[in-house]
Amino acid sequence: MPEIDELLEQDAGESQEPDAGVTRRMTLNMGPQHPSTHGVLRIVLDLEGETIRKAVPEIGYLHTGIEKECEVKTWQQVVPLTDRTDYLANLSNNLGYCLAVEKLLQMEAPPKAQWMRVLLTEVTRINSHLVWLGTSALDVGAMSVFFYCFREREEILRLFEFFSGQRLMTSYFRIGGLALEPPRGWQKWIEKFLKVMPERVDMLENLLNENPIFKKRTQGVGYISLEDMLDLGVTGPMLRGAGLKIDLRKDKPYSSYDKFQFDIPTRTENDVYSRYLVRMAEMRESLKIIRQALDGMPEGSHVADAPKVVLPDREKMKTQMEALIYHFKIVTEGFRVPAGEAYVAIESPRGELAYYVVSDGTSKPYRVFMRTPSFGNLQALPTLFEGYPIADSIASLGSMDFVLGDTDR
Amino acid sequence: MISDEAKQDPVISALLERFPDSIEEAHTNLGEPTVVVKPGDIRAVCRFLKTEQKFVRLSGLTAVDWLPREPRFEVAYHLQSVERNLWLRVKARVAGDKPEIDSVYSIWRGCDWYERETFDLFGIVFKGHPKLTRLMMPEGWNGHPLRKDYPVHGFKYSYADKQ
Repeated sequence: MPEIDELLEQDAGESQEPDAGVTRRMTLNMGPQHPSTHGVLRIVLDLEGETIRKAVPEIGYLHTGIEKECEVKTWQQVVPLTDRTDYLANLSNNLGYCLAVEKLLQMEAPPKAQWMRVLLTEVTRINSHLVWLGTSALDVGAMSVFFYCFREREEILRLFEFFSGQRLMTSYFRIGGLALEPPRGWQKWIEKFLKVMPERVDMLENLLNENPIFKKRTQGVGYISLEDMLDLGVTGPMLRGAGLKIDLRKDKPYSSYDKFQFDIPTRTENDVYSRYLVRMAEMRESLKIIRQALDGMPEGSHVADAPKVVLPDREKMKTQMEALIYHFKIVTEGFRVPAGEAYVAIESPRGELAYYVVSDGTSKPYRVFMRTPSFGNLQALPTLFEGYPIADSIASLGSMDFVLGDTDR
Repeated sequence: MISDEAKQDPVISALLERFPDSIEEAHTNLGEPTVVVKPGDIRAVCRFLKTEQKFVRLSGLTAVDWLPREPRFEVAYHLQSVERNLWLRVKARVAGDKPEIDSVYSIWRGCDWYERETFDLFGIVFKGHPKLTRLMMPEGWNGHPLRKDYPVHGFKYSYADKQ
């Protein structure tokens, strides 16, 4: 990149002799294998003493061409690919894609599938926030939080395995409903989870909320004005940490989120600490939503009554000719989706996740564009960094909460 | 072609009033207001949408390759108005032989990486973008991967070779 080359040339031109009393300028290469960039992100920093004068992020190290690959898969086969973008919030990705295709098909998942989707995406939100909390607290020196967060996360992964057979790449939501009927006794698992989780969140907050080191490193650090954030495309908890009450679950309800009662936690301090408090409060709100979803789970089928889209029941296939034909058609060529385009945005743990799906009427997507929250949030990096000390940059980098797989796709 | 429902939409009707000649098409299919704008007027339309219609956010920017149709590319801008809780899709059709369109960097700084990505993967040049370089692919990469005439397995490897 020419910008980075310029910085490096400048650095080579500078005298390397230490001068007493003069602040030295230095170009520092952070990443792609730096522990606190949480993935393969490269940032070239131009330092004057300890102050960052210029920061140039470089992404693309994890570009895997998922959007291109979507164009050669059938509609249903794209679902597992969406898991692999934001691997910490895979069910949110599944949900966004399925909702976009369902919009094109003009069908709706049955109530049970919708509520189950809400329940599991909220569990995903807690999962994602736990990983964020553990790693970003580790960055500012709070080691023990990391172990507790990953212990709780283990419970959640076990829950995912129980539902879908997979710990990370669940692909549990499919176009038209869920991949499998929820396993027998799932209520007990969720009940158990709901019983332990609130006190665990309390415990995590006790470790950090009044921790003087944590407060010193996060309060008043990582300021970026609300106008800048909106201009740069930042979404999610960062906006809510700056006092803007914005949440797509309320503003543009999808998957029957309008039937749930919850608040949108906001703070006005607009620093790393306020973003931390917003995410902790969001975990509590998620627990509230999970409780409501568990108590009011509707009866009925977990897939829509759409034989041309949803794979038939295994038992029916053995006795009914039509079911066998539909199964053959869906498996060999997939189903056709009417030509058109849909842009569906949902609130993922990191912010606004949108899928722009274009169909030309065939059984394969013509174009799938993923508007991922990490990509938008990371654009604010130079604004967050420039003019602040290098020690603060690690804390503000953590507060952005990005996943590089989500950024590069 | 402008559909009757689109004329009812407050934003689209305001656009039609202000830019009667630049709007090529408008519809509200699937409840998503969409306008197709002449590529030369994209910056003026976007500025109007941001300053007077309060579309402060550029949610996403991408392109679709409609090979062999001409004009080949469709650049799609997805805008959100936080204040009014409205969404709008603006599209512009760009010719295939020399794909060029004005950059909207002066309106939303957030379009920076989206335009670079679209340039990288589709080869559409955004005129006026301050640093239009490849974002995802390495520098010096041959071709633009999301074009429809670019094979999924790339140019370097081919299944036909392995016999």
